[in-house]
Amino acid sequence: MQVHELRLPLRAEDIRKLKEGDKVLLSGIIYTARDQAHKKLIELIEKGVDLPFKLRETAIFYCGPSPKAEGKVCGAIGPTTSSRMDGLTLPLLQQGLKVIIGKGERSAECERQIREHGAVYLTAIGGISAVLARTIVSCETYLWEELGAEAVYRMELDRLPCYVGIVGD
Amino acid sequence: MRYLKAEDIQKALTQAICQISYESDPKAVERMRTAHEQSNHELERDVLGAILENNELAAIDNIPLCQDTGCTVIIAEMGRELVIEGATLQEIADRAAAEAQGKCPLRASISYDPLFRRKNSGNNSPAIVHIRQVEGKRLKLKIAQKGGGAENMSFLMMLSPATPLEKIKEQIVQRIVESGSRACPPLVVGIGIGGNFERCALLAKEALFEELGRKHPDEHYAALEQEILSMINKCGKGAQGMGGGLTALAVHVLHEACHIASLPIAVNLQCHAHRHVDIEL
Repeated sequence: MQVHELRLPLRAEDIRKLKEGDKVLLSGIIYTARDQAHKKLIELIEKGVDLPFKLRETAIFYCGPSPKAEGKVCGAIGPTTSSRMDGLTLPLLQQGLKVIIGKGERSAECERQIREHGAVYLTAIGGISAVLARTIVSCETYLWEELGAEAVYRMELDRLPCYVGIVGD
Repeated sequence: MRYLKAEDIQKALTQAICQISYESDPKAVERMRTAHEQSNHELERDVLGAILENNELAAIDNIPLCQDTGCTVIIAEMGRELVIEGATLQEIADRAAAEAQGKCPLRASISYDPLFRRKNSGNNSPAIVHIRQVEGKRLKLKIAQKGGGAENMSFLMMLSPATPLEKIKEQIVQRIVESGSRACPPLVVGIGIGGNFERCALLAKEALFEELGRKHPDEHYAALEQEILSMINKCGKGAQGMGGGLTALAVHVLHEACHIASLPIAVNLQCHAHRHVDIEL
């Protein structure tokens, strides 16, 4: 198993050297988005509004963190089931998204879309929140706080462990 | 008669919810540790190693085992000579779920309306409570924090009683294998057989509370548990669907009488973060 230490934003050549099953330790700024946040992001895209962050330079993490305990950098962190976002992924890929982090299999259609856009789908291990929390440098609510766990959070990662699930050519 | 105060039950429940949110079933952890030591599969070792490390760090770092801190599920055995003073068990459970959510803190993961509004209740209430009346004066509460991923991959089948046993096993195993990594394996598999439509689902849930890896007292069901476990683990999906021989940690069956025309079977899946405890008051 090859291990790659990568920092966002990824270059096309960073993605090209990845193989399915490789391990990635990912660093940099990412944003979380689950079902509700995807719907809202897509509404903005459809209205032609610029998103408040550049999808090309970051990663979308399918994650709804638990609240922070006092004095903690973050609460419990981990991936949610990606397949719920299968039908909501294409508009983000079309806006330049290159890195997605989630859990589990994607539909054949979504897999094809990820490959065609030269993007990479990374799977993180579910249910290892304390391990992942140690790789979080910062975690703040960024958009739509009223959605609670489903809001968009901005996180800085320091070597978050994940595995290459799908990678574009 | 024996009288129990609602506040005392709530206090014990809140404490139990907080405790299990940071501690997986020790027997589940033990099984994963053994598999980790014995595995020759590189990815499986990596994944199991991370899960084992998580079980140690959660308590040390005060971070819940999983970001999906779950929905509170309680199966209560309530003595017929017991009176709870001050509130219903449902009200007590709702208050405890909310208290634990704020105190730990846990993720608010309950949507108030399932279809139209999808608004978060903000405090993890309501809990799901099942009550069974038993002899005596005791109150036993089986408590779980149940995550959404494994629950979503659970299923129920109303089969014909003439279905051959081999077909039944195949159907159960196929559905579990197809769920891939979505239910967060290695899994505990609770199977309810018999009863009726809703009863088999409750049996499947209750089967998850059985002592992990216990042998079924009826030899036929004991053999069925072992065969299904072995079939699941031969599929090669492995921990988190990343490959290897440990897709399930245990299979528990609970069975009950049923209608002559029916063979209800429900399968409730539990992820590797097996967060449950029994308390007696």
